[in-house]
Amino acid sequence: MTDESANQGIPEPEGHSDIIDTEYEIGQDNIDGSVGPFGFDIHNPVFLISGLSIVAFVFYTLALPEQAGDAFSWLFDTVTKGFDWFFLGAANIFVLFCLLLIVTPVGSVRLGGADATPDYNYIGWFAMLFAAGMGIGLMFYGVSEPLSHYASSFGGVSVGEDGVRTDWAPLGAAEGDEVEAARLGMAATIFHWGLHPWAIYAVVALALALFSYNKGLPLTIRSAFYPILGERVWGWWGHIIDTLAVFATLFGLATSLGFGATQANAGLNELFGIPVGPTMEVLLISSITAIALISVLRGLDGGVKILSEINMGLAFALLLFVLVVGGFVAIMTGFFDYLLAYFQYLPALANPIGREDVNFMQGWTSFYWAWWISWSPFVGMFIARVSRGRSVREFVICVLLIPSLVCVLWMSVFGGVAIDQVVHAGYTAAVDAPLELKLFKMLDELPLTGITSLIGIVLVIVFFVTSSDSGSLVIDTITAGGKVDAPVPQRVFWCVFEGAVALVLLLSAGGLASLQSMVISTGLPFTIVLLMMCWTIWSGLQAERKLG
Amino acid sequence: MFSNIMIPVDLAHVDKLGHALKCAADLAGLYGATVTYVGVSAATPSSVAHSPQEFAEKLKAFAETEAGKHGHKATAHAMTSHDPSTDLDPTLLKAVDETGADLVVMASHVPNITDYIWPSNGGTIATHAKVSVLVVRG
Repeated sequence: MTDESANQGIPEPEGHSDIIDTEYEIGQDNIDGSVGPFGFDIHNPVFLISGLSIVAFVFYTLALPEQAGDAFSWLFDTVTKGFDWFFLGAANIFVLFCLLLIVTPVGSVRLGGADATPDYNYIGWFAMLFAAGMGIGLMFYGVSEPLSHYASSFGGVSVGEDGVRTDWAPLGAAEGDEVEAARLGMAATIFHWGLHPWAIYAVVALALALFSYNKGLPLTIRSAFYPILGERVWGWWGHIIDTLAVFATLFGLATSLGFGATQANAGLNELFGIPVGPTMEVLLISSITAIALISVLRGLDGGVKILSEINMGLAFALLLFVLVVGGFVAIMTGFFDYLLAYFQYLPALANPIGREDVNFMQGWTSFYWAWWISWSPFVGMFIARVSRGRSVREFVICVLLIPSLVCVLWMSVFGGVAIDQVVHAGYTAAVDAPLELKLFKMLDELPLTGITSLIGIVLVIVFFVTSSDSGSLVIDTITAGGKVDAPVPQRVFWCVFEGAVALVLLLSAGGLASLQSMVISTGLPFTIVLLMMCWTIWSGLQAERKLG
Repeated sequence: MFSNIMIPVDLAHVDKLGHALKCAADLAGLYGATVTYVGVSAATPSSVAHSPQEFAEKLKAFAETEAGKHGHKATAHAMTSHDPSTDLDPTLLKAVDETGADLVVMASHVPNITDYIWPSNGGTIATHAKVSVLVVRG
């Protein structure tokens, strides 16, 4: 009757894995139906709570901008000053945990079962990891961060009347020493873009992939807590975890979108004299969100994957161009020197307590860690979706080490050339420019400015699109209770609201500062979630290994 | 006239497929054709199955039940997709080639306003498949 070769549509046999036996059926708490002609299939109450809160948040900020602005700056100060040690300490734990996974025998466990094979080849995989993980940030901070740290280190330490340092330099600065200021500035930048952020992503991604592909639980954040909460994970505990993840993702994304809009606006002004201001930012965010919608409708393979690959190609071309015209030998020497400086300064930079460089530690490092953590459900889930079939060791090495190295290279090239312009050519336009303009000012000093600046703007816009698209995909999956085949209009809803949150926060309530304070405050509770994940991953992997 | 009839089935919503399943079975009886039941799943766990392998087994079991009920020849063909929400149409078109079907019988909803933005799967398959497609409403 039935044909034995019937299963040929399945790539490979899955092999053994330790499926968790639960009564829960994916989608059992979902409500499906339609509003007018639009179908939906959403998790109750995660979608309702997060959706309504976001809508309420947008209206509150629009209605009472001043009150909201004050609240945001209070939040930012309280969290960065009171919990800086917590963010720094937690991030160190994530890095150590990832290194542990690489060297211990649990690294041999394969995601998706013992015989699973990877869904994507290395190029497509890396392109998506990268575009999702850093994207706009690399464009925004690639030149501006090394330059800022260089300038503040070179400027030296200054202490206020209350005995607290008022300068923004990392560690003990390097007053008047050009070479050491450059090394310290680059080490601090690499610290923020290297092992720590990628370890944060790797933890979340691994938790999701393990509990979904190997244990058969739905692809949502709460599944990783099954070893701790048991069946209660399907109740309110789980609802809270998933809702937190949605908030963190939404505000983390909105911040990046805010950065992207400001930078694209600054770049367009520099290149074509298009005015800078709220009207232009509204226009930019709206039109880029509209492009993102097209990508959303085309799906994972037709949208995000293609755009990510195009972007990686463009980014690589820009990197190569700056590398060649900026002096290949000098930059590559710098690359190794900066990498050395990173390891030299790493213990001091990562130290969570007793620091004197409070502005740097709270304003830069704490903010970055909170930002990466708030991005982690989004990037983590996205990485999980495209990483089936990799072994844990391969997965951690590829998610932790390779992107870190590429970030070091990127920062060495863009930051190195910019610092070189200041030190050797006395060119100060980039160092004096506001953050969003520094990249374009640096490119001004190199040949073919028109073309490279245009590529810069295109990169910012396309990274914006891929972030917005993959973000909608992820939030939709969480709010649909782990279903990946929910109706597309839901993704459209989230895509539009990401743009809306970025817009209202950017325009009406204190600009980027308000976005940053929301990131920090949603990042804080999620840090606790991540710390617990380390334990559940460990116990989950042990169970897999016993089976093998 | 037809020897291999393909019918896409959504194992999570079998209740909505009644007419199409009956129609495919009747045609198979009339022409002595084999019915190929095609299911599309993501690699992630779903309400139907924990893994693509389990999904394929369930689809095979479904095909056997249908064959037993209507007395025609049946096979199952499971497909995996990275993003079933948006990839369903291309995946089904690929399945038409892979199964070598010469007729597709497909259930489809009654068209409404959203079909201008998101055409129905049945509509898209009928537009692009090289073989005959019978779209069954309701």
